[in-house]
Amino acid sequence: MSAQTGEPILVTQELCRQFVRGDERPVKALDGISIQVRRHALTALVGPDGAGKTTLLRIAAGLLLPDSGRIHVLGLDAAKEPQRIQDRISYMPQRFGLYEDLTVSENVDLYADLHGVSPAQRAERYPRLMEMTALEPFRDRLAGRLSGGMKQKLGLACTLVRSPELLLLDEPTVGVDPLSRKELWAIVRTLVDEQGLTVLLSTSYLDEAEHCGQVIVLHHGRVLAQGEPAGISAIASDRVLLASPPADRSARAWQAQLLDNPGVVDAVPDGGRVRIVLSEKAGLAHDPTRGAALGAASTTPTPARFEDGFMVLLRRQAEHERAARIALQRPLQTRAGDTAVHVRDLVRRFGAFTAVNHVNFEVRRGELFGLLGPNGAGKTTTFRMLCGLLPASGGELRIAGADVRQSRAEARARLGYVAQKFSLYGPLSVVENLEFFASAYGLRGAQKRGRVQWAMSQFELEAHAREPSTQLPGGYKQRLAMAAALLHEPEILFLDEPTSGADPLARRAFWRRITALAEQGVTVIVTTHFMQEAEYCDRIAIMDAGQILAQGAPGDIRRAAATSDQPEPTMEDAFIRVVEQARARGTGAQQAGEAA
Amino acid sequence: MLDALLRIIALTRKELLAVLKDRRARMSLLIPPIVQGLVFGYAATYDLNHVPYAVLDQSRTVASRQLLAALDGSGVFERIADIERTEDIRELIDSRKALLVLQIAQDFERRLASGQGATLQVIADGRNSNTAATASGYVNSAVAAFNARWRLDHALAGPVVHITNRAWFNPNLETRWNMLPGMIGTLTLIQTMMLTAMSVAREREQGTFDQLLVTPFRPYEIMAGKALPSMLVGLVQATGVLLVAQLWFRIPFEGSLFTLYAGLLFFLLAAVGMGLLLSSIAATMQQAMLYSLLLIMPFSLLSGLTTPLSNMPGILQYFTALNPLRYAIDIARRVYLEGVGLSVVTGDLWPLALIAAVTLTAASWMFTNRMQ
Amino acid sequence: MNPSGDPRHTDTARLTRLRAKATRVRALIVKETRQIVRDPSSVAIGIILPVILILLFGFGLSLDVKNVPLAVDLEDSSFEAGELLASLQLSPYFHTRVTRSMPAAEELMLTGRADGIVRIPGDFARQFNAGNAAIELVMHGGDANRARIIQGYVAGAVGAWAARQAAEGRAMTADPVSVQTRLWFNDANDSHYFLVPGLIVLVMTLIGGLLTAMVMAREWERGTLESLFVTPVRSDEILLGKTLPYFLLGMIGLVLCVLSAKFLFHVPLRGTLPVLLAASTLYVLVALGIGLVISSAVKNQLVASQLVMLVTFMPAFMLSGFLFDLRSMPMAIRLITFGLPARYYVALLQTVFLAGDVWRVIIPNAAVLGVMAALLALGSRAASRKRLL
Repeated sequence: MSAQTGEPILVTQELCRQFVRGDERPVKALDGISIQVRRHALTALVGPDGAGKTTLLRIAAGLLLPDSGRIHVLGLDAAKEPQRIQDRISYMPQRFGLYEDLTVSENVDLYADLHGVSPAQRAERYPRLMEMTALEPFRDRLAGRLSGGMKQKLGLACTLVRSPELLLLDEPTVGVDPLSRKELWAIVRTLVDEQGLTVLLSTSYLDEAEHCGQVIVLHHGRVLAQGEPAGISAIASDRVLLASPPADRSARAWQAQLLDNPGVVDAVPDGGRVRIVLSEKAGLAHDPTRGAALGAASTTPTPARFEDGFMVLLRRQAEHERAARIALQRPLQTRAGDTAVHVRDLVRRFGAFTAVNHVNFEVRRGELFGLLGPNGAGKTTTFRMLCGLLPASGGELRIAGADVRQSRAEARARLGYVAQKFSLYGPLSVVENLEFFASAYGLRGAQKRGRVQWAMSQFELEAHAREPSTQLPGGYKQRLAMAAALLHEPEILFLDEPTSGADPLARRAFWRRITALAEQGVTVIVTTHFMQEAEYCDRIAIMDAGQILAQGAPGDIRRAAATSDQPEPTMEDAFIRVVEQARARGTGAQQAGEAA
Repeated sequence: MLDALLRIIALTRKELLAVLKDRRARMSLLIPPIVQGLVFGYAATYDLNHVPYAVLDQSRTVASRQLLAALDGSGVFERIADIERTEDIRELIDSRKALLVLQIAQDFERRLASGQGATLQVIADGRNSNTAATASGYVNSAVAAFNARWRLDHALAGPVVHITNRAWFNPNLETRWNMLPGMIGTLTLIQTMMLTAMSVAREREQGTFDQLLVTPFRPYEIMAGKALPSMLVGLVQATGVLLVAQLWFRIPFEGSLFTLYAGLLFFLLAAVGMGLLLSSIAATMQQAMLYSLLLIMPFSLLSGLTTPLSNMPGILQYFTALNPLRYAIDIARRVYLEGVGLSVVTGDLWPLALIAAVTLTAASWMFTNRMQ
Repeated sequence: MNPSGDPRHTDTARLTRLRAKATRVRALIVKETRQIVRDPSSVAIGIILPVILILLFGFGLSLDVKNVPLAVDLEDSSFEAGELLASLQLSPYFHTRVTRSMPAAEELMLTGRADGIVRIPGDFARQFNAGNAAIELVMHGGDANRARIIQGYVAGAVGAWAARQAAEGRAMTADPVSVQTRLWFNDANDSHYFLVPGLIVLVMTLIGGLLTAMVMAREWERGTLESLFVTPVRSDEILLGKTLPYFLLGMIGLVLCVLSAKFLFHVPLRGTLPVLLAASTLYVLVALGIGLVISSAVKNQLVASQLVMLVTFMPAFMLSGFLFDLRSMPMAIRLITFGLPARYYVALLQTVFLAGDVWRVIIPNAAVLGVMAALLALGSRAASRKRLL
């Protein structure tokens, strides 16, 4: 039942949905959403975790009922006739449920059967599908043995066994390596351009939004903006500068200071310089005096990106969060220049599979070190070995001089660890958690009380002291976790994917705290798959397939990856180049497609 | 040393806090053992207090009616049918309407009067032969009482040999007296082992275990910190069942509480040890639950609770040597009913201590080496 | 008939829909079967585990009273006392040890080497010839059930001896009334005959619950249901596609148990196999249904598995009637047992195995199980709508 091209395929009116999960406080996932999605176009739902993207997609797919408001898909009411909609659309959830014990073709056949695709139609579509997703050589491989990127492609293939009238994709590129991300986007764009498919997908990668025909920006369950990406970038037009820091400061330190400046909407480090988005009051970018007013050594106006426009929108919504600088209670008694972390020939095997393959690197005291790489590269495994959570199969591993393999307990006393997922005790209150971990680290009596007090005030947890931890609002959970990791005044702080899923404001605040810690001599080691965050680090290492492919300052790595047609590659471009080169060289890198 | 102790205490405190804070968790720890103690206390008895029976009385004499009156008056037998033909017996037994059918022949009174001795034919539903044997045992007692009365009434000499019966520790031979002390261990085992097994698995799944491992906690300290709260909870639960047995069912407690609790302590140590070993093997909570279920089933069935250990073939008897519940039941029964002291039950205590030592050490080793 | 003119209601449309439905169900069954075959744990639980459990418990549980260690305190060395002792020693039920004093016999019982003491006092022969002898039987109350049965055997042995004396003219009078008991269905008086069918119930209860707990938990855990929902598949098709393979798995396990019962434990099967299988089918459906309802409604695995355990194993053990007679339980408890599917299956199995096809027992019990299965099917359908929260 095709309608005119002009009519939107999906319309919502004041859609609301709230969740009450156990003892946690109710969360307003959708708070009055009214949007329209055009046919034959690629529309992106953009926003950080908790913005409401998944909820909206699930309601559109008929999997959830809205609390109030209306939603019509293909002219049908999704709340009243979900099955009729489900007969005609396709949906790929965030964790696409592939049947890991079934092969690639068995998975695809299953979905073809469920969608009632006739054998004749299959003969027609399969070759094109397999070619598009490059899965043809793996047809008989068990889905559980595919790499992350291949699994997503298989998931996509399963939703495309027949041409749906609407394709919903929930964060199809999360956790996938940049190469596979590029490939997935290519597939989706081809489908829209060549077959006129209507696609609505969600993403938290702001740069991906730029490639879509239409963008809907969500934040805390509300629509911040709707329209073409260029329109949103335009919000920040003539407000963006690339500025060099003053001589006496590092880019990072200056960037942290700039965030306090009321004239600055946003500041991020960018290749040794700082990318600044000026606020409306602060004037226009092309005005040369602007840079000097901020204290820059030199400035260059630069075209606005989607993210810049996004930040302007965010700032209008949220108050300017003055993240307190974290001040250590006592200065660390270390000398700069000491080696904080020493890794030589590190190996980890799981049976026949080598996850970490002779890795070498060093981190000096007070350095902010980033371990970058896609899922399955081995960075999590390396990390866990560094923290003493996993025994190494071979090699040397030293933390602050202590040998992790021999005297684990000694090494552990010197490090603090913050896991990716909140991993403190939910039913316990903030104070109870802090007191427990203080005791775990051997703090007693007055010292313990003092440290707990310090943690609560530095991280502004006093207002929630007696609340059970599960009931804390999102950002506070992260603060609590970091506070607990710092109670025993560790020399080295390990943070595992600390910013994944967080909204840009929270990410900026987080990096401010980390920067402050690094400035005070704490060695910080971070893993992340947000390539642009590498810019915050002093040095980074790029890992893929268990090996370190490149190490050094972010700027150096980017420069090394420059080519004639890409003279100023972004971190992500550099990453892709490095990995492609390594794989082409075949230096011990496994076959593309091998499971990680 | 002091540091280790303080850490263990901190962990114990944390565990108890986490458990006791949640009202639902509090209830689910206390209520099930007590409710189960009550329900199973009533259910788990081999004694019969209601035996439906039918009579085919072909003599219909004073004597036969006297005999039947003796049965009816016992309060246990309930006559549900008076049948006339032998063909009807089949239907009553087959359909389970009657557990027993009594047949009194035509010449009953005559044979009785003549001193030849009459016979009472009993047909019992052997689908549960234990119940049938018990029921016919009751019939025998009732008949013996009738015989004694008859002899008295007819001034006959007493039976040539009569047997006086006495029973140690359980004067009325009530099976409930054996079951409930055994329940103390059984109900506690289920909760303790499952909870302990799942506690570590839960921490692993929620990610808090990593956070613990990163701190100076040593694996054996973590074990101790998890074992102690489980043991405390187990003691509380065992006390609950003990109270049910003593106060509700009024089974007199002959022994010393000290001995009983000492035995329970050893038992809980072994049970917790097994639970911790299971958690070190299980990767997820579901696996932990599965494994503990798979152990609890044979443990509870082959513990001597409902069927005697001596009836088991040799190999299985060796298997029960690994079953902490077997020792707990033995200790509980002997202390509760016989009032024995600590020295007597050492034969049960040292295997428990051994099981505890082996499982705790193995669990500790697995935690240290299989950290994945 | 096309009343509304809606193209969905023509016959051809209906036929197409039915064919599509069949394709979907077949696809789901094929998928589930492949998963089961490639994941050994399901096979282990569905097939190997029941057999192991039946073997373990079948051999381990026994209420037979044989080879009872009996201490005989022989304080009289007369001929008559010796004859009485001989009749006790010859009895197949006892394994006698003779002592000469009571303290020695009591020592045997205290140390667990005797389960009972028969005391033949010093003046036995004299009393016997005077027509009024008494012997003492002391039982260990530690196992009252066994004690009572032993009492019966001792009384039987003594009574038989007394009757022989009477026949030889040496005693005064016989008992006025003596009791002759015949045990129907179990002439061998082998407790396995009733324990093993009961164990089959216990084992199938557990397996049924475990299988479905695995089934649903795996789907929710891996998030595969979410993608499945946004297809033309209906929730009852998903349910069918899941339960059918697991049902078959359970039935295979059951057949193996029945075979072990018949050939290993020699439990006679006096009823017919079709009846046995039909009754078992109902029960397996009920057991699966309980697991499905619990795990669909309570999407939290931890609580679901605790519930399954609580609601199935212990009650099946204690309250199903396979061990403890239901008629002797207080009314309140008996009311609880009416809601227990295991109770009906125990009645069915014990009858079909030992008594035969007794329709008066089979039909009512099977009917209840059938109703329960139907209710549970409806319940699990209601609990597994295509909704996430």
